[in-house]
Amino acid sequence: MTDGASNDAFVEFERVQKSYDGETLVVKDLNLSMPKGEFLTMLGPSGSGKTTCLMMLAGFETATHGDIRLGGVSINNIPPHKRGIGMVFQNYALFPHMTIAENLAFPLEVRKLGKAEREQKVKRALDMVEMGDFGGRRPAQLSGGQQQRVALARALVFEPELVLMDEPLGALDKQLREKMQFEITYLAHQLGITTVYVTHDQTEALTMSDRVAVFDDGRIQQLAPPDKLYETPENSFVAQFIGENNTLEGVVKEIKGNTCVIELDGGEVIDAVPVNVSKVGERTRVSIRPERVEYNRDRLHADAHTLKAEVLEFIYMGDIFRTRLRVAGNDEFVIKTRNAPDQVRLKRGQQIEIGWLAEDCRALDA
Amino acid sequence: MLIAPLLLFVVVTFIVPILSMLFRSVENDIVPDTIPGVVTELAEWDGSVGAPPSEQVFRYLYLDLFKASEAKQHTRLGTRLNYEKTGLSSLLRTTGRSLDDVGEEWQDPLEDIDANFKDGAFWYQMMSGTDGEDLLEERRDLWAAMVGESMAGDVGFVPSEQVAQMLPWTTRAYTDFAIWTAIEDEDSVAEEDPWEAVYGALGMDLTNPETVSAIQSYTGPGADALKAAAANVGQLPQTGFREAFAAENEDWLSPDVWATIKLYSSSMTSGYFLNAVDMQLTPDGIEQKPENQQIYTQLFMRTLVMALIITASCVVLGYPVAWLLANLPMRTASILMILVLLPFWTSLLVRTSAWKVLLQQQGVINEILVWLGFVNDADRLILMNNATGTIIAMTHILLPFMILPLYSVMKTIQPSYLRAAKSLGATNWTAFWRVYFPQSVPGIGAGSILVFILAIGYYITPEIVGGTSGVFISNRIAYHISSSLNWGLAAALGSILLVVVLGLYWCYDKIVGIDNVKLGG
Repeated sequence: MTDGASNDAFVEFERVQKSYDGETLVVKDLNLSMPKGEFLTMLGPSGSGKTTCLMMLAGFETATHGDIRLGGVSINNIPPHKRGIGMVFQNYALFPHMTIAENLAFPLEVRKLGKAEREQKVKRALDMVEMGDFGGRRPAQLSGGQQQRVALARALVFEPELVLMDEPLGALDKQLREKMQFEITYLAHQLGITTVYVTHDQTEALTMSDRVAVFDDGRIQQLAPPDKLYETPENSFVAQFIGENNTLEGVVKEIKGNTCVIELDGGEVIDAVPVNVSKVGERTRVSIRPERVEYNRDRLHADAHTLKAEVLEFIYMGDIFRTRLRVAGNDEFVIKTRNAPDQVRLKRGQQIEIGWLAEDCRALDA
Repeated sequence: MLIAPLLLFVVVTFIVPILSMLFRSVENDIVPDTIPGVVTELAEWDGSVGAPPSEQVFRYLYLDLFKASEAKQHTRLGTRLNYEKTGLSSLLRTTGRSLDDVGEEWQDPLEDIDANFKDGAFWYQMMSGTDGEDLLEERRDLWAAMVGESMAGDVGFVPSEQVAQMLPWTTRAYTDFAIWTAIEDEDSVAEEDPWEAVYGALGMDLTNPETVSAIQSYTGPGADALKAAAANVGQLPQTGFREAFAAENEDWLSPDVWATIKLYSSSMTSGYFLNAVDMQLTPDGIEQKPENQQIYTQLFMRTLVMALIITASCVVLGYPVAWLLANLPMRTASILMILVLLPFWTSLLVRTSAWKVLLQQQGVINEILVWLGFVNDADRLILMNNATGTIIAMTHILLPFMILPLYSVMKTIQPSYLRAAKSLGATNWTAFWRVYFPQSVPGIGAGSILVFILAIGYYITPEIVGGTSGVFISNRIAYHISSSLNWGLAAALGSILLVVVLGLYWCYDKIVGIDNVKLGG
């Protein structure tokens, strides 16, 4: 990391490790740098270390090794209440014995703000989340979505520069979740707050974030904007974890610049982009998105390799068709095609030929 | 329907005893049941004049007391009246012993006048007759009320209505004698010589001129003997029963004694309750007892204050332990939990006795303090047989009752609340005091109610380590139940305790709200 990049960074993790029992590392060698105003999501399966990272940033866990910096200052030894970081908890953690207004006034009170100023800020924060009329109620009298808004308002009311959110939408139903996803991103961008958001829901991560850090096994597997993450996964974990993905296994046969030829275990040959492979004879796992697979011969390059496939299942889903194929011994190969007037509707048992552009197929680690 | 057996169990074992206790605290049947005649006659007497009651009252007193002493009930009456006025117990006991002598003052001259009066069979013949069934049943009911048994059975005697008209006192006395002899002694009435009281009663009748004139025209059995007696009234004692009682004990002429009997002659009394709050009922109304006899209000206050101190100590000591229990890792917490529960598995008596070993002046604590030089050997701390001992031992014994509800409430307070408070800028202390503590208050409430109510009625521990200045009202109640046998007072004290506890519970509900009490979940 250069000095220039370091000056730009607002939140930094530098070679951070965390172990609870002194033996196994939950977080292994974490390096992360966030500029001000960014909305960054930590995405990963449970146990991948993402929540631990958030807790270390908030100050509830201490890093076993490494340095965490906020605005250029190391915060390793700063207690949580002095970090000035807003946080939204998974279960909202609204204080049940206080009214909504009291909950919001709490961070202002401990900061010794005057009564008038407190009331004004509480009102503004509640209006911001459209909960202005609910100040006198208790948390238990609100619905899940309303509690969520209040928790958000409480984390923002003392105007922190950094807000952490720990799976805040986990308890909401799908529709409400989508609405809140939009509202949170809107607010974060409008207020220019730097946000670290933890979730295990990849759709949430893709739709909300500026950048997504995919966690697995205590490491960041890939840190990239959503489109890069989806379209150019850097390893097979990311490819599997983000979106739907078809996988075929084989050996590298030939590498020529930006493309390579892979011989699958069944003997078939396909084109791919070499990402994690460097020499001929290496085992690899190729990844291809279902919507990038083509079975209309006319749309493929003349010299493109094709595979024989048998249609096992055809599902009409309205906007798209989802077809399950048997390809090179893999029964779970899925393709998705747009419901367009000229689109062919496949039938079960039909034998077809499929192919793709070499750049859509990525040869990753085995 | 499914809870019917439980309901029945609760009614039988809980509600009925409480009601019977409440009833016992106002019940006063013993006076009207033992001396019914006196009670009826005393209603006319005006105590404020300062004179003893009339001869008539003493006549009833004689016959009622004679019956009572035959049935050994006069001492019970004495005990009851002694609660209200000391000295009445011994007055009734000594008088009960000399009732025979009083009767003999009439018996001897009567037997001299006519030897037939010596003969039980003669008496039976004279008193027997027809139409006296109503009188027999009336006397039988009075007996039953006095001894608390039904007195049912064949008496083998029916009083003569004619003789009853002529000799009312004698007939009543003889009928009482007959019932007792036949039912309790299971003897034949005709073969037994009558009580001295019967002679006394005949003496009462013979003072009535109408009786004397009726005897002249009487022709039934024993007419000759009666006529001889009527003719020789002069040989009988010329003084009445008032003088006879006064001769036995001067106190019988004291209007105070009679005022007490009259005050407590109704079948319901407020006497026990007044006693329980250091008051007494006097002919002039309700007034405070003399300073040196006031113990119960002080004892109630002490019980309340000590129960509050014990509750407060339990909160102070139990809160941190409950907090640790709720926040330590599972393994450590369960070891700690065993330590908390350990006292539960030890006998209460053993634990209290252990405190005795620790607290006494030559005990472990004092020895250690002396050894360490904190306390001079000459003035060792007095930790036992006073309020300190009771508070220390009871705080220890009741501590689990505070810790367990606190723990179960704290267990439900998620750690994220504290984290949220800290992330919002609160220091550890502010986060605890503003966020954690208010949520644990229901646990404090539940624990406090539990400990306070258990403490206020505690008995064994204060009894063992409390000495005299560390005992509770319950020790006094136990004393009245098992030693002084003043159950009425014990019931009144118990009822007051019950009302106080309910009252405090009500206050608690008004101030804190019972909804805010949680035992868990």
